[in-house]
Amino acid sequence: MEYILQPWPWYVSGPLIAFTMLMLVYFGKTFGMSSNLQTLCSIGGAGKYSDYFRFDWKAQRWNLTVVLGAIIGGFIATQFLSDGSAIALSSETISELNNLGFNEVGESLLPPEIYSWENVLSAKGISILVIAGFLVGFGTRYAGGCTSGHAITGLSNLQLPSLIAVIGFFIGGLIMTFFILPLIFGA
Amino acid sequence: MKFLKFLLVGIFFGIVLVKSEAVSWYRIYEMFKFQSFHMYGIIGSAVFLGVLFIWIFKKYKVKSIEGREIDLAPKDKGVARYILGGTIFGFGWALAGACPGPMYILVGTGVFSMFIVIGAALLGTFIYGLLQNKLPH
Repeated sequence: MEYILQPWPWYVSGPLIAFTMLMLVYFGKTFGMSSNLQTLCSIGGAGKYSDYFRFDWKAQRWNLTVVLGAIIGGFIATQFLSDGSAIALSSETISELNNLGFNEVGESLLPPEIYSWENVLSAKGISILVIAGFLVGFGTRYAGGCTSGHAITGLSNLQLPSLIAVIGFFIGGLIMTFFILPLIFGA
Repeated sequence: MKFLKFLLVGIFFGIVLVKSEAVSWYRIYEMFKFQSFHMYGIIGSAVFLGVLFIWIFKKYKVKSIEGREIDLAPKDKGVARYILGGTIFGFGWALAGACPGPMYILVGTGVFSMFIVIGAALLGTFIYGLLQNKLPH
């Protein structure tokens, strides 16, 4: 039990993510979380505005069920399967983030400087979340997949387009992390 | 009942991503700064086993639970949509620290401000749908 309550090392987590993908493939489906964004838009009536949302969303209910499960899984993991230990980040990461004004680095999953209501309900805070979410949603549908669909499933299926997409993920991620985050959070 | 297996896979996925800390903004920052092997180990070992088992599935013509041959649709050819869309996604991933799976999982961990990110992601998806025919793919 002690091992379950502690954070899981990469060589346990990675294979279990592969197992998740392989189970969905075995069930005759695929592992792609960002498709649900398209499905949710379709359910919301976006088909009135674009063909992209005109499809039988009921055929995607299985994937929405995976999302529901994932939410429940997040709840179970934090409520019952965690010992509250801090994230064992590298000391470099911690000191860099301290310099950028992050004060509780690794004490919880997300920085309160971005996700606490106090910060969210400021003009800067809400802008960060809205812009970040917009870029994720727009980018992932433009690229036709996200980390699950391209980086895990696509690469596992040796798809060149997925490799190009993952290179794109890193171009964007590196520019944001190296050049833009210091502008947003630096003094 | 036929949805139960998908619910269970989702629960499993949510637990794994929390326990692996892959849902943590800090881990994403650390990954993009190349300051730890953790995230590369997770993605690398997942892809290594994925390649191996997908190859086995195909070689031995493993049937899905519905009795059909396992058939992962190849991705459409192209470069522009993948590099441009991927880069835009990367900006958002590194800023939010969450991609479309973790967004939902983090709601389950009790971070309700994540609903703002999800709402904005739906807006981004909607705008993509409107512009789809005008963008290079």
